[in-house]
Amino acid sequence: MAETTYIKAITRALATAMRADDRVFVLGEDVAEGGPYTATAGLVDEFGPARVINTPISEAAITGVAIGAAQSGMRPVLEIMFIDFITLALDQLVNGAAKAHFMSGGQLTVPLVLRTQGGAGYRGGAQHSQSLESWLSHVPGLKVVMPSRPSDAAGLLASAIADPNPVVFIENKTLYFRTGDVPEPAPAVPIGSAATLREGRDVTIVALSRLVHDTLAAADRLAAEDGIEAEVIDPRTLVPLDLDAIVASVQRTGRLVIAHEAVEHGGFGAEIAAQVGAAAFDFLDAPIVRVGAPFAPIPLSPPLEDAYLPGAEEVVGAVRAMLISS
Amino acid sequence: MVVPPLGREEASGLLATMWRIRAFEERVGRLKQADEVHGLVHLSVGQEGVAAAVCAQLRDDDAVYSGHRAHGHAIAKGASLERTMAELMGRDTGLCRGLGGSMHLVDAEHGFMGATGVVGGTIPIALGSALAAGLSGADSVAVVFFGDGAVQAGHFNETVNLAALWQLPLILVCENNGFAEFTPRSAHTVVERVSDVVAPYGFERATVDGNDVLAVREAFGAYLASARAGNGPFLLECLVERLRGHYEGDPGKYREAIAAADWQQRDPILRLQRHGVAQGWFDEAALAAAESEAVAAVEAAVRFGRESPFPAPGLIEQMVYADG
Repeated sequence: MAETTYIKAITRALATAMRADDRVFVLGEDVAEGGPYTATAGLVDEFGPARVINTPISEAAITGVAIGAAQSGMRPVLEIMFIDFITLALDQLVNGAAKAHFMSGGQLTVPLVLRTQGGAGYRGGAQHSQSLESWLSHVPGLKVVMPSRPSDAAGLLASAIADPNPVVFIENKTLYFRTGDVPEPAPAVPIGSAATLREGRDVTIVALSRLVHDTLAAADRLAAEDGIEAEVIDPRTLVPLDLDAIVASVQRTGRLVIAHEAVEHGGFGAEIAAQVGAAAFDFLDAPIVRVGAPFAPIPLSPPLEDAYLPGAEEVVGAVRAMLISS
Repeated sequence: MVVPPLGREEASGLLATMWRIRAFEERVGRLKQADEVHGLVHLSVGQEGVAAAVCAQLRDDDAVYSGHRAHGHAIAKGASLERTMAELMGRDTGLCRGLGGSMHLVDAEHGFMGATGVVGGTIPIALGSALAAGLSGADSVAVVFFGDGAVQAGHFNETVNLAALWQLPLILVCENNGFAEFTPRSAHTVVERVSDVVAPYGFERATVDGNDVLAVREAFGAYLASARAGNGPFLLECLVERLRGHYEGDPGKYREAIAAADWQQRDPILRLQRHGVAQGWFDEAALAAAESEAVAAVEAAVRFGRESPFPAPGLIEQMVYADG
């Protein structure tokens, strides 16, 4: 078992897939140079510029190109440098990639992976920091993956590249240089399978991406300071969602908190809350609580960005309020 | 690269294809009024020459894409009239099992890889097919049909830049019918010729009379031969007439109908017929047979569609994701 960073786990997973299958290639802005966070660093040296393709800043066209290549038998891994720019690719992704299999009556498949990254905390301002996963989860035909740990980043990327469907693979920039154990070779992690990262009897906390780490820290604090044992679940995949794992936990704990960095209003937490409410209402001892960002763009000013972002403190507060009120 | 002169057999095939498209489109227009075909329907009556002359030269492994006015392109690429008609009628036997419809025809077996209701949306996708051909070492090409209305969209311009940069075997075929939906080209842009829009990129481009099947055939054939050798991209602008409205039901108050006598001179079918008669290829009986065979084939397609079942509702859930 080797300790590695989240970003290196991604680079290695890409290289492993490219070695195993000539149809796999990478394209995106500055990918031959490694990109702003080194995700594709070194790939051009091993695989050459025909398989590590730099593109102009043309998100709509390069997404279309990836779709066309995918439905013509290739396995493109497209990078959209910041999820904020996915707005420019959405027509191709939503009207093209997501619907091609369905609208063609199953004749076409689009085995495309769209890698991108979101998240605030680096003073990137309102156009380089967003968490827009709920938009993508609303589109039938797309799968949406959001790993929080290096081993999941590697294992889910392998599964995403092997999947015959378009998969949006959402990384988080603040996790890139966090380390974790990643076996070599990294085992594939199935899409649609949640991970229970901490067991506990009192409350279930479902957390996404960066908030997984904040929630694990919050759970340690709750145990030490309040004697509250939280169960922490990382769904890892939003579409398809492993609802069974979440419901089974809620049936034991009777309480559910959902934590994500995205704006709480209309965020993916609302979908989880609705699904759990429908499936496990009789087991709930308290209303489901969501932790998310306020309904505002992300501010630049450091103290304001810090105040804006949900984290361990907000998760602790939500759990304490829930257990005191119920 | 010189394209061999058109001979009788090939001319006969082009004529048959054009008649099939025209008979299909005119029948669909009537079926739309009778509510037997569904959704938004955009017909290509008058534009048959381009579809026929381009697709006749392509192989099944060449990828063809189209836009919302796609029936003719699919038929010319080899899609069966029966399954195309059944698709427009929303039947389970349709090309796309009734899930796509008029604007989303796909016939992958014949390399008709997609159409779109988003104007210009397939242009970058076609470039992706050209890229795949290049990466896999095949000599297949990608062709995308679009109207002049798509040229003002961002994805056209992004794709042209990429195609020129990467020099991929993509042939852009613009059917310039002078109208982007309800307004003339002059209301959309100051650039009159689509072939001029791409001038700075330095690749081969031409504007031809799209009603002249021989001219389209020759210009496209030269580009195709070069694309097979790994060159590209190319843009062929074909000036055509859209005889019907933007969509079926369009009152068309924004323009004057073309005079019948004028159209007789321009009609790509009649022009090829006159050429064939002058060459001694066709006589009146052969011409009448070409039309009546097409009409009969379309009637058979209508019967096939009417007799076909609608898909079962369970198909919806089944088709969202590919297995694997």
